[in-house]
Amino acid sequence: MTTTAPPQPSARGGQGVVHRVSGSLFRHPRGRLGVLLTPPLLWLVVAYLAALVALLVTAFYTTDSLTGQIIRQPTLENFQTIVTEPIYRILTVRTVSVAVLVTVIDALLAVPFGLFLSKVVSRRTQGFLVVAMLVPLWASYLVKAYAWRTLFEDGGVLDWMLKPFGIQSPGFGMAAVVVVECYLWFPYMVVAVFAGYERLPNTLLEASSDLGAKGWRTFRSVVLPMVFPAIVAGSVFTFSLTLGDYIAVSLVGGQVQFLGNVIYNYVAGSANQPLGAALSMIPIALVLLYLFLIRRSGALSEL
Amino acid sequence: MILSRGTRAFLWAVAALVLAFVYLPLVVVVIGSFNPARTFGWPPEGFSLTWWSAALHNDGLLHAVWTSLQVAFWAVSVSLLLGTMLSFGVARYRWFGREAVSFLVVLPITLPGIVTGVALQNAFLNYSVLGISLGFWTVVIGHATFTIVVVFNNVVARLRRTATSFEDASMDLGAHTFRTFWHITLPSVRSALAAGALLAFGLSFDEIIVTQFTSGPAVTTLPIWIYDNFTRPNQAQIVNVVAAILILVSVLPVYATQRLAGEDSGMGRRRGRRRDRGADDLAFTAATAPAAEYPQA
Repeated sequence: MTTTAPPQPSARGGQGVVHRVSGSLFRHPRGRLGVLLTPPLLWLVVAYLAALVALLVTAFYTTDSLTGQIIRQPTLENFQTIVTEPIYRILTVRTVSVAVLVTVIDALLAVPFGLFLSKVVSRRTQGFLVVAMLVPLWASYLVKAYAWRTLFEDGGVLDWMLKPFGIQSPGFGMAAVVVVECYLWFPYMVVAVFAGYERLPNTLLEASSDLGAKGWRTFRSVVLPMVFPAIVAGSVFTFSLTLGDYIAVSLVGGQVQFLGNVIYNYVAGSANQPLGAALSMIPIALVLLYLFLIRRSGALSEL
Repeated sequence: MILSRGTRAFLWAVAALVLAFVYLPLVVVVIGSFNPARTFGWPPEGFSLTWWSAALHNDGLLHAVWTSLQVAFWAVSVSLLLGTMLSFGVARYRWFGREAVSFLVVLPITLPGIVTGVALQNAFLNYSVLGISLGFWTVVIGHATFTIVVVFNNVVARLRRTATSFEDASMDLGAHTFRTFWHITLPSVRSALAAGALLAFGLSFDEIIVTQFTSGPAVTTLPIWIYDNFTRPNQAQIVNVVAAILILVSVLPVYATQRLAGEDSGMGRRRGRRRDRGADDLAFTAATAPAAEYPQA
């Protein structure tokens, strides 16, 4: 007498597993979500959020001045130093002022340029200009900073260009830093502002002029309010990137130092990591404050 | 838009100035790379390919390029995997904390790079339970932290614009989850993935700040090599050649993104949506600011 073999779960072996997994994923949307979210969230929390928290913790430690070892005893010493030593206030004010100045200059350039790119030129010219704006965006940051160094240096290109007019290049220093920071982050502003203009329907502009508004009035009452969130979105990048920069500053700044240069010296050289950590709370706090202030403008969803 | 003659002239003038401002330094570097002199001088003394040949035979330089390519490869791979998973989770499901995570994921590009660098270096050196020392993999981790964002941004924007009806149809016709993903979902996000990967690659290849903090002495990526050789007497002109090459090469990703955007607007053109192209192109390429593609949350 032969017994009938119990039915195999699947005659096709490997494919059965795929079907089972697939079926259970289909029946359990929450399980599907869990599978999707666990690896990236684990990464974000472990590799990024935890590192930020660790940085905050280190900011409360101190360094043994003889051995250079970190003393893991929480104190407010670093923060007291930052508040009481005038040098850190000067550095912060200088860095933030330049970041604000760069943001304003870039916005002032990008608003007319974006308008031109989006609403004035023909499609063909626009295609060409968009490419012309994108190439420098992809060109290396370091190369661009280096290029400006060759322009600003003593006997460099600017000196040569300005000589016929009897003007000297300003050389390395604050003016060079502002120019270079404007240059480096300008594409980020243009891209955001241009996208804002492209979302602005031409019919609105026509309606405005049908209602009798001249160019300036249309710009002020229709265009600007609608493009404003895009400008703010661009400003997050110009502000934040200038705030944290130290490499371009060291290349064209001469004696000028930013907050970033001091943080770099303390941390990368391991001279005083806790103080460096405490100092880096300044840009973090400023950017978070800025993001908080602009949250109502609708710009955050455009980042 | 109806503009007066004066306004038009003003806008043309601004555009001309902006383009001159943008291209002046780049042109100077490219011309300077053909200068036979030992140091960068202006105007150039003549035309020669001496330094180009020297650069192409510089072992340290070639090694640095190879290191950068490897770092970028791993950073892009991690970003494609994790960024895509996260974007599906965020775009296709509602869950508690979704807004917070959407904010957390863009934080690495809104906070200055130096913050990411300092935080990671501090974590690796002072809190590492695994005893990680700075090296190749810490650089990869550092880069992936911010390249995940660009893949996420590109893919999530695409997912919000594509309906799930094709996927539903595929499943109704009997295809299982993975088959549907392979044949329906993946092709619909393919160009967004490619654009995200390209941008992630560009950001990683170019990154210096985070690299300085996470690389340690043994790892030299191309930006680190450039930074170290700026001031060396016999290397300055080689750096100039590298700079010129990087400027000329940056045409390639722009070309590629235009092609990708063209692929996407193939359908759009028929529907007369040609007008949107410019914004989409920029969205692909806007380093870290894909404004037009990003969802209106």
